[in-house]
Formats: sequence, structure tokens, C-alpha cells
Amino acid sequence: MKRSWYATPYALWMLLFAVVPLVFVLWYAFTTPDGAFTLSNFAEFSKPRYAAVIIRSLKLAVYCTALCLLIGYPTAWFLAGRGLNRTQSLVVLILLPMWMNLLLRTYAMMTLLDDNGVINSALAALHLGQIKFIGTEGAVLMGLVYNYLPFMVLPIYTVLKKMDWSVIEAAEDLGANPLRVMSRVVLPMSVPGIVSGVTMVFMPAVTSFAISTLLSNGKLRLAGDLIDYIFNQSSNPNRWNIGSSFSLMMLVLILISIGFLRKVDPDNQGGGLW
Amino acid sequence: MSVKRGSRIFRAVWMALVLVFLYAPILVMIGLSFNASVSRSQWAGFTLRWYGELFRDPVILGALETTLEVAVIATIASTIIGTLGVIGMHAMKKGMADLLINVSYLPMTTPDIVTGVSLMLMFLFAKVPLGKWTMIMAHIAFDIPYVLFSVMPKLRQMNPNLYEAALDLGCHPMKALYKVIIPEITPGIFTGAMLAFTMSLDDFVISYFTSSDMYPNLSRIVYSSTKLGVKPTMYALSTLMFVSILLLLILINRRTKLEELS
Repeated sequence: MKRSWYATPYALWMLLFAVVPLVFVLWYAFTTPDGAFTLSNFAEFSKPRYAAVIIRSLKLAVYCTALCLLIGYPTAWFLAGRGLNRTQSLVVLILLPMWMNLLLRTYAMMTLLDDNGVINSALAALHLGQIKFIGTEGAVLMGLVYNYLPFMVLPIYTVLKKMDWSVIEAAEDLGANPLRVMSRVVLPMSVPGIVSGVTMVFMPAVTSFAISTLLSNGKLRLAGDLIDYIFNQSSNPNRWNIGSSFSLMMLVLILISIGFLRKVDPDNQGGGLW
Repeated sequence: MSVKRGSRIFRAVWMALVLVFLYAPILVMIGLSFNASVSRSQWAGFTLRWYGELFRDPVILGALETTLEVAVIATIASTIIGTLGVIGMHAMKKGMADLLINVSYLPMTTPDIVTGVSLMLMFLFAKVPLGKWTMIMAHIAFDIPYVLFSVMPKLRQMNPNLYEAALDLGCHPMKALYKVIIPEITPGIFTGAMLAFTMSLDDFVISYFTSSDMYPNLSRIVYSSTKLGVKPTMYALSTLMFVSILLLLILINRRTKLEELS
């Protein structure tokens, strides 16, 4: 038997469980329940209650990405810099949450923000009244940032770490002040990392599922929650078709972001998946 | 000098705040899992009561069994399929191998929710009832790329002449594979298997769409419980899941840097 045949189970498995399922999404998205071709599934999104969810998802994903960049860039910069004690442990600590169950982390966040959660209980004990977090977009945004921040730190850190520090020293020697070094040298050199981080945060944030349901008590749905709702709860006879067209749109949005990423960072300096 | 010192303090405060943001919710939850009171505002003393209740709850024990069973089967299957895949692709022409490798990027790029939904559609279309086995199929599929990308670098690092030399010296290809190639890639196989196991334990979204309430895994239990209000047993359960995933990640990180894996 030729050695290349060893890859057969791999090829079959991935074909059956990674490629074919997506073909199903494609098929259902463009057909009616009877199997006739249609584009009407996509028209569903103009319905106000669906459109509102999409707009909210896009808005919160943009805010989340911006906040992650604001918090993540300095964090990555400090991690990559010299003179920090135990840098390696810090890197691990900050990146670990990336790999930890999103549901559990959101549940932990909910424990803090709940109406009778830790923060509100503490406020009540101090007779400071109550703040209603759950159900607000602020709480959802906080949950998103909390979950996706490490995805911004990693690629920027990777790029900054590989950066040639003598270039910075050269700029300093030539009389550039720290602000100028930052804006003219460091920032331009870290663009691939920023773009990679922005994509890695924006993509899961815009398709996020469960985070918002948990932190808004089911009141504020995001795109992922809507897909779940359409497939599992709605009584619409077209629900597989509408749900598929929705999933397909998410996939296309992601592919566009990746295409954009490849264009800006063709050598994949920012690391990440692509 | 004082500017330098100021920036050092700023840096320390910044990093401390980021760490608090990332870890305070988890630590608070772990703390509450040992709290004798159901209330989240009062510390009524240390207790292991919730952990005790956890292990007496047949639903949770069933879910634990499902989770572990899925993770173990998916790990074994994906490690074998992935490793064989790497060995096979290594012997292929570059174009064909690249094409097959790219298939592995698909599940890593597709948002989890779309992966979950697409598998669910396929299973429902094929009239396969959602349950433990559909979940296992799905887990194998998303675990394989982790094995692939852990094993592949090891095989690429290997001196190709070693295998050729074995053949020239009269070794049967099968034996050469077993004696030369496998020992060389064993560390990668272990890392891949550990990653696959961790990812299986860790998964929520894909499991959610490919399983049913009849055979819930642990994350599904946590998710449904959130609709019923606070249960300290859920804190205990989440704590145990966190700690096991954390330990696994630390172990993996000792073998290979996590930052290079993602």
C-alpha cells in the first residue's frame, strides 16, 4: 500500500464532516422547503425584528473590537517590552483564557453583574442602591470584551515581539521623542498584528452566541442567538432555510474579513490562524 | 529618571488591572462554590456541600460521563486519523497535500455557530437523531486539525534521509514507518492528543447544536441551568471544569508554547 493512502480516513472525515455540512447550508439557504430555488430566504433579513438583531450585532462587535484594541495594544506592548519581571508567565496568564470555555467565563461574568450578583450585593450592603447591568448593552459589551480580549493581545504581541528593537533605538538616537517613536515607528510596524487582532476579535464577536443571552436574560439577541432561535425555537416552516441563509451570510462576512486580512498582511506576520 | 519610574508604575498598574479583569470573575465564582450560603453577598463559611451534591446528582453524573466519553473517543479517533493523515500527506505531491491541509483550515475559520448548525442540518437531513454519537462525530472533526497541526511540524523537521536509509537497508516500508517515523513524531502526537482532549472538554457551541437534552454534556447542563436562576452546585461544577481545563492547558504549554499554537 502506498504511503499516501494513509491520508484517506482524514480526507473522508473532513469531507463528510467539514465540507459536506457547509454544502447543506448553501443548499438550504437558496431553496424553499420543497427544494425549489429561491432568494426569498435572504429577504427575511429586512424584517425589522431580524434587522434589529443584525444591526445590534454589528454595532456591539465594532465597539467590542475598538475596546479590545484600546486595552489590548498597550497590554501587548508591555508584554513585548523589556524589563518586565516574569514576562513568560504573564504572557501565558493573559493568553490562557483564549482556550477556556466561553460559556463558563460568561457565567462567571454573570455572577458578578446579576441583579443580586456580587457587585449589586456589595452595593446593597453599603447602602449604595442598585445598578441594573443585566439586560443592558453595556453588560453584553463587557461580556464580549472579557471573552475576546486575549485574541487581540496575541497577534499584536507576536508582531511586537519579532520587531527589530534597534530600529526604535535608532529613532531615539536620531532625536525622536517617545510619542513620535510610537506613531512613526512602532505603530506602522505593528499594523499586521493589529489587523490580525481586529479580525480575530470581530469575527467571533459578530457571530457570538450565548454571551448576550446570558448577560441580558434573553432580552438582547445577537446574530448567533438569532440563528439558534430560528433553528430551534421558531415555528416557521421555512426555519431551516431561513436559518441557513443567515448562517451563510455570517460565513460570507467572515470570508470577506479574512480576504481583507490576507490583503493587508500577505505574509501572515500577524500570526493567527490564516 | 522620574519619567522612567512613572512609566514603570503605569505599566505595572495596567497589567494588574488587565489581570484582575480577566481573572476576578473566575476567582469570585470559585470562591462562591465554597460558600456555605446560597447568597452571593454573604460569606457564611467554607463548605464542600455543593461539591457533595454535585456527585449525588444523577443528571450531572450522566453529563460528566457523556462529556468524558465524547472527549476520550474523539481524542483517540482524531489522533489516529490526524496522524495517519500527516504521514500520508507527507508522501504526496505538494499540490495535493496543500489542498488537503487547507481543508483543515475550514473548521478553524468557520464560526463555531455555523459549524454547529451545518452539522445539525446534515444530521437532521439524514434522519440521524441528535445525541452522543452525533456529538462524537462533530468533535472528531474539529479535533483533527489540532492533531494535524501538532504532528505536521515534527514530521517536517525530520531528516527525510532517515526513512530512505531504512528502506535502502532493506527495511520493509511498514516497519520503517513504525521504527523510524513514529518515534520521531511521538511528541507531536501527544501534544495533539492533549489539545484534542482539552478542546473536546472545552467545547460548548458545537456540542450544543449536535447533541440533545436527552444526552447533555456538562456545558449544556450549565447553559440550561442559567435559565433557572442561581445554583451553587453550578459554581462547583464550573470550578471543576475550569480547574481541569487549566491544568491541561498548563501541561500542554510545557510541551509547546500556547502562543504558537493559536
